[in-house]
Parts: sequence; C-alpha cells; structure tokens
Amino acid sequence: MPAMVSSMSQQPTQQAFNPYTENGGTILAIAGADFSVIAGDTRQSEGYSIQTRYAPKVFKLTDKAVLAVNGFAADGNMFVKKVRQRLEWYRHAHAKDMPIRAIARLIQTMLYARRFFPYYVYNILGGIEEDGTGAVYSFDPVGSYEREACRAAGAAQALVQPFLDNQIYFKNQTPAPGSSFPKHLPLTSVLPLVIDSFTSATERHIEVGDGLEIYVVLAKNSTALQSLQSLRGAQEVTTTADGERVFVIRRDLKKD
Amino acid sequence: MNSFVERYSTTSATGQLRRAQRLADEEDEFSDAAWGSSAGFGNIVKGSPSFMVPNTPDPTSFLRLHTDDHADPSCRIKIQHGTTTLAFRFQGGVIVAVDSRATAGSYIASGTVKKVIEINPYLLGTMAGGAADCQYWETYLGMHCRLHELRNRERISVSAASKYLSNLVYSYKGMGLSMGTMVCGWDKTGPAVFYVDSDGTRLKGDIFSVGSGSTFAYGVLDQGYRWDLTDEEAQELGRRSIYAAGHRDAYSGNTCNLYHVKEDGWKFIGNYDLAQLHNQGYGYEHRVEGRSSANPPEVVATA
Repeated sequence: MPAMVSSMSQQPTQQAFNPYTENGGTILAIAGADFSVIAGDTRQSEGYSIQTRYAPKVFKLTDKAVLAVNGFAADGNMFVKKVRQRLEWYRHAHAKDMPIRAIARLIQTMLYARRFFPYYVYNILGGIEEDGTGAVYSFDPVGSYEREACRAAGAAQALVQPFLDNQIYFKNQTPAPGSSFPKHLPLTSVLPLVIDSFTSATERHIEVGDGLEIYVVLAKNSTALQSLQSLRGAQEVTTTADGERVFVIRRDLKKD
Repeated sequence: MNSFVERYSTTSATGQLRRAQRLADEEDEFSDAAWGSSAGFGNIVKGSPSFMVPNTPDPTSFLRLHTDDHADPSCRIKIQHGTTTLAFRFQGGVIVAVDSRATAGSYIASGTVKKVIEINPYLLGTMAGGAADCQYWETYLGMHCRLHELRNRERISVSAASKYLSNLVYSYKGMGLSMGTMVCGWDKTGPAVFYVDSDGTRLKGDIFSVGSGSTFAYGVLDQGYRWDLTDEEAQELGRRSIYAAGHRDAYSGNTCNLYHVKEDGWKFIGNYDLAQLHNQGYGYEHRVEGRSSANPPEVVATA
C-alpha cells in the first residue's frame, strides 16, 4: 500500500525549455532621400511590470548604420554585441566600415545560423547606402529581410505601421488634381511623424512609453543638416571623418 | 608493424600533422573567412553552414513549441506564411508570377515581399512557406551554382540546381524547415521548371502553383493554358491567375511580381497592384458591365 501512495504523489511532470520572454516596446525606421531615421522607445517591461524606464533598443553600429532591436531584450543585447564584434573584425581586415547592404546580409546569416534555436528579436537596420541614399532593412527573427522605405516593429507595430503607410507611402490618399505625392519626405516632416507615432502609441499601448530615442543618419553633404542643428537637444555622435554624420535626439514620453 | 606504430604514435611526422589538424578543427565556431567579408556567409565553415541547436532532448519539438504559428497562433516567434506563387513552361520560355503579401496570423506583416529570388541571371526561385528558409537556401544555392560554373566551365542545368537544393533540404528533413519552391530557368534542354519542397519532393513539370492561394491560381491557369501561348498571352495568364488568388485567398494579395525567363536569361516584366487591376478591368463589375439588368449600359444622353 505505501507503494500506492507514493505513486499517487508522483504525477508525471512536463518540463518545457522556455528561454524566451517578451519585453515590449516598439521600434521604427524611415528612409529619406539622403538620410535615415531610426527610433525606439526606452521602456522595458515583462508582463504588466516595468523593469526599467531606460533600456536602449537602438544602437549605432557604424557612422552609416544604426540597428534597432525589439522582442526579447537579452537576445537583442547579445545579438547587437555579436554584430558589433563582426563589424570590428571587418574593420581590422579591410580598414573601412562595412557597407550597409553587407551588414544586412551579415545579419541575415547571423540570424539564420540560429534557425533551430532562434534569437527572439525583430531587427530594423537603418543608415546610408554606398550610393548616398537613405536605407531601411527589416528582418524577421530567423533572417528573412527586405529593403523598405519605412517599417515599424514590436508591441505597437499594428498601431504605428498603418499610420506610416498613410503618411509616408500616402496609402488610401488621392493627390489633388494636377499634383502628385512626393517620393521622399524631407527630415522636417519625417521627425514630427516619428514623434507623433510614439506619443500616440504611448497613449494606446501599455508597453510603450517612458522615453524616445531617435537616431538620424545623414549622408555626405545632406541638406537636412541645417534643420537638425536648429533642433532642440540634437546631439552629434559621429566618430569618423567619412562624411556621414549621426545624431541622437531624446524626448520624454508619458511614464504612466 | 612499422605502419601500425606510425598510425598511433604521437611523435612521428604524421602524428604531429594529425594533432595539428585536430587543433585546427577545434576552432570551429568561426572560420577564417569570418574575419573578412566572405559575402556575409561567415558562418559557413568548410563549405557548409553550422547551426546552433538548443541543448534539449528533442530540439525539433523545442523549435515547434516556439515558432510554428500555423498550429499555434499564440506562440512568440512568428514565421511569415501565406502565399500564392506560380510558374509555367510554354513555347516562349517560363513565366513566373507571385503575390507579395506576408502574414503573421491575421496581421499583414508586409505587402511588398519579393517572393521571386534571383539566384543568378538564368535561374529564378520562388518563395512559399518560411521566408527566411527560402531566401537563405536559395542564396546559398546561387553560391554553389557559381562554383559549378567555375569548376565545369558551363552553366548548371536547372535539373542539377534543383536537385542540389532538394538534397540539401532533405538533409534537414524533420528539423522544421518549411519551403515550397519552384526552381525555374533555361538551360541546354530549353525552358525548365522544377518543384522542390522541404519534405524532399522534387518534380519536373510544365505547370506548378504553390501556396495557400494555389488552388485559385490553378483554376485560372489550367483553364487558359496552351503550349503555344504568345509571350503577351502567357504574361497576362500569369498575372490574371495571381489576381484571382489574391481576390479569393485572404492570405494572398497586395501586388503581383511577374518574370519571364527566355533563352538569354530572366527578365523582370513588372509589379502590378492587385487592387488597381481589380478596378481597371479584371474585376467582376467590369466584366459584366452593360451585360446584365443589374448593370445596365450607361445611357448616352441624346439631344
């Protein structure tokens, strides 16, 4: 009989290996004719609790490439670390920064190398192409990627992307007779769109808020420079004399 | 006896060489190529990519638990799904037509996906199933097609290229790869289309359509197909079939990308917005206009 009792208490247990969690937040990037804007909020949460109000999700890789990561923060930070290591190796081997289209392919192969144990990370890469045009590349967690003009990812993707489709691609809008929509917007109209996207997402999504970090990458001799220098709190973080210039703009978002 | 000693000795010349090779092998996380660019394929050590696998008794079920959104829409890592792709052979070459929608659950993740992968100037691959699986392995196939050219001084046949891909995905069978692709091109034998999927199936044929919208595309395609279609007729049939699939399959839509493969390689014909096609003649309303009482012809004002 004692054997019976012990077998009753020994229920079969299933143990699943669950190394992932979702840390919320949203990232977004928009490409202009000769600049690129990459932004992300700084809140990090798990479930309903906020872990920190300042955890950067946007990282400068080189003076012409900025990477935004969203999803599982630990995977994201590790991934950025590994990408930076590979870029440093490239610098040692070639004495120059890796072009952004090559970084995009590198990110694909690095993500796909974990095809059977994925990084739970959505990446958006923004920057300046070798021909001086603004570029945005977006990735899925296992490495499929595409060059686009704008992309939002993360918790408020479904709130922000339709707004961007309407305001950047002019989807579901008809131009006034005799006029047409511009192919690329100037930085002076893109920055307010980015800020509005995040304030609105903060209003309607619990995982978005606290702070906003916007990186702006300018191509050589970009005309957008003046508008940026007159902007409140634009801080330059350029490190090389290649010609491309990188700026950070920080704004507060609601903290409730 | 001497050769036996030689084999197991650690001090002989061969023994030292063996040890050196072993040491070189142990440093396997990154190849020397990773220090440079190697086209981004820095994780490929000695010709084949290396993958990290979770340290669990059953890595495949781990992957399924976290990624397969078809069975479980609540799982975290969403892999893009839903597609219509088609390719057919005819007198004038091969037509390849695809839609451009990517869905994650019911959310349209992208409406501008490039589902035709340009392997090289003579070979196209289509994308259905896992976007990353198709993109990665077909790019990888492109590398090996180039190596084949360099080694054999002639272009790889479509048959050989597709077999290379099918053998490759077959070696990962059961690991969770998901791809349904058509390898299309022109080689010594003329136009060719091969269907390859991640189960290991490889079929030669004239007409294929793959994806959630394939049944709708087949309906239009089979009905309008003839071997002696002109180039324009064939392109129109491809476009019309993708339109039909985009119209009836919720997981397909947005735009149609059209390619035509001829003797001198493939050519991109165009990108067509399906909503625009609907409003400019493909839609039912346009086809019945003036032919039914519900849709009377416009009354022309007469003086």
